[in-house]
Amino acid sequence: MPHHPVHEYDVLVIGAGGAGLRAAIEASSAGVKVGVVSKSLLGKAHTVMAEGGIAAALANTDTRDDWRVHFSDTMRGGQYVNNWRMAEIHAKEAPDRVRELEAWGALFDRTPDGRILQRNFGGHRYPRLAHVGDRTGLEMIRTLQDHGIHKGIGFHMETTMLTLLQDAGRVIGAFGYERERGRFQIFHAKAVVLATGGIGRAFKITSNSWEYTGDGHSLAYHAGAALIDMEFVQFHPTGMIWPPGGRGILVTEAVRGEGGILLNKDGRRFMFDDIPPAYRNQTADNEEEGWRYTQGDKNARRPPELLTRDHVARCIVREVRQGRGSPHGGVFLDVSWIKAKLPNAAEHIKKKLPSMYHQFKQLADVDITREPMEVGPTTHYVMGGVRVDAETQMSDVPGLFAAGECAAGINGANRLGGNSLSDLLVFGKRAGEHAAAYAKANGAGQINNAQIEKAERAAMEPFERNSAVNPYQVQEQLQDMMQDLVGIVRREEEMLCALDRLRELRAQAAQVVVPGNREYNNGWHTALDLDNLFTVSEAITRAALERRECRGAQFRDDYPEKDSTYGAISFLIRKAADGSMQVSREPIPELRPDLKQIIEEFK
Amino acid sequence: MAQATFRIWRGDSQNGSFQDYNVESAPGMVVLDAVHDIQGSQAPDLAVRWNCKAGRCGSCSAEINGNPKLMCMTRMSTLDLSQPITVEPMRAFPLVRDLVAHVGSNYRAKKSIRPFKPRPPDFPDGTWRMHQRDVDRVQEFRKCIECFLCQDVCHVLRNHGLHEQFIGPRLFVYSAALEMHPLDTESRAGALKHSHGIGFCNITKCCTKVCPEEITITDNAIIPLKERVVDEYYDPIRRLFRVFTG
Ligand code: SF4
Ligand code: SF4
Ligand code: FES
Repeated sequence: MPHHPVHEYDVLVIGAGGAGLRAAIEASSAGVKVGVVSKSLLGKAHTVMAEGGIAAALANTDTRDDWRVHFSDTMRGGQYVNNWRMAEIHAKEAPDRVRELEAWGALFDRTPDGRILQRNFGGHRYPRLAHVGDRTGLEMIRTLQDHGIHKGIGFHMETTMLTLLQDAGRVIGAFGYERERGRFQIFHAKAVVLATGGIGRAFKITSNSWEYTGDGHSLAYHAGAALIDMEFVQFHPTGMIWPPGGRGILVTEAVRGEGGILLNKDGRRFMFDDIPPAYRNQTADNEEEGWRYTQGDKNARRPPELLTRDHVARCIVREVRQGRGSPHGGVFLDVSWIKAKLPNAAEHIKKKLPSMYHQFKQLADVDITREPMEVGPTTHYVMGGVRVDAETQMSDVPGLFAAGECAAGINGANRLGGNSLSDLLVFGKRAGEHAAAYAKANGAGQINNAQIEKAERAAMEPFERNSAVNPYQVQEQLQDMMQDLVGIVRREEEMLCALDRLRELRAQAAQVVVPGNREYNNGWHTALDLDNLFTVSEAITRAALERRECRGAQFRDDYPEKDSTYGAISFLIRKAADGSMQVSREPIPELRPDLKQIIEEFK
Repeated sequence: MAQATFRIWRGDSQNGSFQDYNVESAPGMVVLDAVHDIQGSQAPDLAVRWNCKAGRCGSCSAEINGNPKLMCMTRMSTLDLSQPITVEPMRAFPLVRDLVAHVGSNYRAKKSIRPFKPRPPDFPDGTWRMHQRDVDRVQEFRKCIECFLCQDVCHVLRNHGLHEQFIGPRLFVYSAALEMHPLDTESRAGALKHSHGIGFCNITKCCTKVCPEEITITDNAIIPLKERVVDEYYDPIRRLFRVFTG
């Protein structure tokens, strides 16, 4: 052990996206010593890719909005299997978290009277998303980064954690390596906050970067924490589908918020063909009304393109499967048509959707002010994650906290666009605050050398084997398999087959070799991430097998209805004593009467 | 499908050389796709940074045929495939390995810039009012994705290696965003002149030309900052004022 550098912190935050940075800022404001490790450089986390905005009931653009409407929208979007206390806290605290960003230097787009402008988004009753064109995530992460670097936080960039250190059941730090020299590092901390983001790399078509291999999910699982809601994986309806290398890159929902429409190859606006009953009252029944809604007419109802993501994604899959798709196997998303409505439409589009304009022009030779884009669903977000206490964000394991995408609860069966950035801020702050309090109340734990030696040995194995299995190829096979067998449309036989394939792939992964040495070796990093991918893939598959119904993002072809018995339970995943993965059912606590009333009121 | 040869820099801070790899070029392919292809089958330990694949995160900066570019936004169709395509790391920074350069100096330089300091809130609820027209010009600077390509081409850094005396165009853009922020009350003119080396910039505009976000670095950020420094230091009344206040 002594030959590895040891970093001593009160609070260690793993991950430097929105949740991690917000947690670190809060913890350091509480006066404790904070360290942040991040897999990439600072400011590059997936938060940067968030385009649409931060959902918060500021009521700047529509004064009818308040936290109660936001709460009921979030619950409806999550099909009522959300952790309702988290949804309540989120809706109540999001406005303050947004205003705080402004106090730290963020510059949002403005209303005519100089307030923060808010835009429409899928599933939100009123225009609610504070935004900066279509680069809100960049504004948010840069604001947090630039604020955070002056708070005395220790940053360890390009550093990946392999295991959480434990002492008598409690988490007391983490062990991992820095990429540049490949040296192992010990982080000794009184509390650890996981803020590692998502799992998108388990699927072939994803908007997520190489980093999102379910690290936090897997670290927590192996430390004994429960994962919850893992069956709920969000396939964002609009990802790029061409060129092949760009497949999966996100096309923001803001395109539809600005009036973009979805068309099949026959030019039919197919979203009008299937409007779920729960949304019928709130959805326009003609094109004209939908257009007026996007232009801020308060008496108009939203166009069906702005229904929840799970629903829109399924409608797209239906069109493609029934032979009405676009040339590259998606559908058309057209915002250029608004030139029929607005005098300077091209300028307007470039101003409101600059990144989209740029992205399509450069990567696909498509000018979105003149022609439609081709889009299809892409793995975007996981609603499931570490089960946490709503107030403190602490997991079942003492000293271990989680926030943001790697934590679960607020989103239920489907997340509304814009609720992610606000989730990162609200629960990042809470995690930082409570981790700091925990660190103040508890001493440092004892590091167990045997645990470190074991993790170190396992990490070095890929250099020592005599075989020829390539880590990238194992990863690719896993991604193909999950895409095919546990994707948007799921069936029991296919998922059972996925479990078999996972066993085979794990066996292959145990034979993976990498050439070269430990210095900035991407092949080695890919090999070390595989285990996390297997853990989350298995968790998703097992939970999806158990939920024999359709709800939100979970779509079972063999159980095509929603089943109310599943409306009051969540599936919990834990590691059993023998090392196997166990699924259990857990009842969702009954909704507080005042919250029930709010939901009724805004039905 | 066409064949393309990539001549990629392999090596660390001590030794290195270009190595050739053949790749099938498919329609719509970008340089980063080719690099991933090579990594996946021919050179698993090839070091490269990337995240978003969409020109949004600024991780994949490199020199392609000698031009500073984002690998994820450089289409193969814009390159002459009859010649080997060279890909090498940003040369203005120390090398880590292969295509990965040390960009830590930029993070250190940012920390030396005085942070945002807003005026007191306009309203008791802690909020301010700002108009879009006042926010527009700062929003241009805030588009920066920290790819550091501008730093890579600036001769003050690249040829003269003044990383510790000159913060470089990216950090001038950052300083300008703070200085022109409608709520900010801090002054950075002294630091710009004395420790951040704005005087070394002789407005060659090379930085502006390579910025993938098309930020008009020189005209909109650096020149106005230089004017602020002049106002602060060479304005006779202010100068007199400084004599008395120290
Ligand atoms: S204009 Fe100034 S900062 Fe930009 S490249 Fe030239 S010398 Fe460097
Ligand atoms: S100013 Fe432009 S070139 Fe320089 S770092 Fe920012 S985005 Fe890159
Ligand atoms: S990978 Fe993000 S800019 Fe190229």
